[in-house]
Amino acid sequence: MAKITFITKDNQSIVVEGTSGSVMELAKQANVKGIDGDCGGVCSCATCHIYLNEADLLKTGPASEIEKDMLELDDDANEFSRLCCQIEVSEAIDGVVFQVVR
Amino acid sequence: MKENNNVCVIIGASHAGVNFAFALRQQGWLGEIRLIDGDFHLPYHRPPLSKAYLTSKDGIDKNLLKSEESYQKGNITLQLGLSVLSINRIDKTLTLSDATQQSYDKLVIATGARAFIPELSGLENASNLFSLRTAADVTAIRDAVNNCLNKRVVVLGGGYIGLETAASLHKMGAKVTILEREERVLSRVTAPQMSDFFQELHAKNNVSILTNKNVTHIEAKGSENFVFCSDGSSFIADCIVVGVGIRVNIELAQDAGLEIDNGIKVDAYNCTSDPSIYAIGDCTFHYNPHYDRFIRLESVQNAVDQAKIAAASIVGQNNRYDTIPWFWSDQYDIKLQIVGLSTGYNNVVIRTEIGEIIKFSVWYFKDNELLAVDAVNNAKAYVYGTKAIKERKLIDKLKLSDLNTEFKLENLFL
Repeated sequence: MAKITFITKDNQSIVVEGTSGSVMELAKQANVKGIDGDCGGVCSCATCHIYLNEADLLKTGPASEIEKDMLELDDDANEFSRLCCQIEVSEAIDGVVFQVVR
Repeated sequence: MKENNNVCVIIGASHAGVNFAFALRQQGWLGEIRLIDGDFHLPYHRPPLSKAYLTSKDGIDKNLLKSEESYQKGNITLQLGLSVLSINRIDKTLTLSDATQQSYDKLVIATGARAFIPELSGLENASNLFSLRTAADVTAIRDAVNNCLNKRVVVLGGGYIGLETAASLHKMGAKVTILEREERVLSRVTAPQMSDFFQELHAKNNVSILTNKNVTHIEAKGSENFVFCSDGSSFIADCIVVGVGIRVNIELAQDAGLEIDNGIKVDAYNCTSDPSIYAIGDCTFHYNPHYDRFIRLESVQNAVDQAKIAAASIVGQNNRYDTIPWFWSDQYDIKLQIVGLSTGYNNVVIRTEIGEIIKFSVWYFKDNELLAVDAVNNAKAYVYGTKAIKERKLIDKLKLSDLNTEFKLENLFL
């Protein structure tokens, strides 16, 4: 079980719990504003962009090459960016806080 | 337009309809929102049906567009398992398949398309013949393939649906043959080099693609089907998947007297020829400003973007539809991302990166204007292409194809 917090752009804080699937799916279930996940989780649309803090980035691991490529020309992207459809929910990420970009 | 008593009814609860419902609520619509669909399932993602979902053991609940709770929270009423029989524009009512009538103030047609089933002699008697459009189709295909001993599948049609389905069925242990009528697969949408690439990709995975195969009739004998082609060849199939294109669901709109072309004709705000009726998604024939022509698109991008445009327009904010289409396809370990519309291209530039994994991109030009990019395992090319098309940048074709030029956006411009 992992407890995950999403903070939306209008500063709403949504705490969810999950055991499997992707973080994007979890966010969709909880109706987190700004996580659209239009492509259904195959890293093709970049509509699930989030920021992490440095410590949490160690828990999830860094963005993969395809995430970096998808975000390369996105003005909002930075070294703390990830596309959360590419982050698996597991105990390893318990307690992370995701800041929704859009 | 924010009166409490207004009712907005949406016909079709797939990507376009569902996104529209939530967008309309988000835009501040206070009245009722009803989503009607003939499918009994909670609305789900369609693109994965032929891809990862087919090979998984998941139920469709793993693949929902929105959770059930989201509809409750958004005060969006789902009327599933019901179809609309007619739109009565004069009194603004709908007649439903349960013989009830429903009134609307705003109506949104998001009826999409259905699989086209060709008229082939013997098709109606074929055993285990399916199209692939709905969750129920996938369940039926999975059951049929898993329950037959020989698992010989013939896929009719080498478009994206056919190719993705073949790759997925292969993963499920089936022996798959694709029969394509044209001389190459994806002939309508890609350059010959891309067709060759996918032909070889499938061959490497022991899925045979046979082109110039015009299927004439099917004969069922026991649990086996014999698929016959005009060149005299025949193929045995325990299952047949038909993926030869779609027909747009325009009939409701047509019967209601709305303007129809190659789809339901809409303006820049997705309004039809009736100011109370909008249409969004695959069923629309709409103007694309970038390519300066009317088009119809089968894509998630178009469904989502038109949903937003229509919702904004209904609450009085007129944002014109102006986007570059994008698509994707997953087959085996290949990720294809497409941006733009290649129709009308007269030259292509191919850039193949050196490395262990296959990674290349095909850039479609009309003279010097970049129209579209097909990116294979190359998200960078996809995002560069998107930006270059949007901003109508002139590309230096020599640099693009020259591997000594580092693949960076600024290096590609003339």
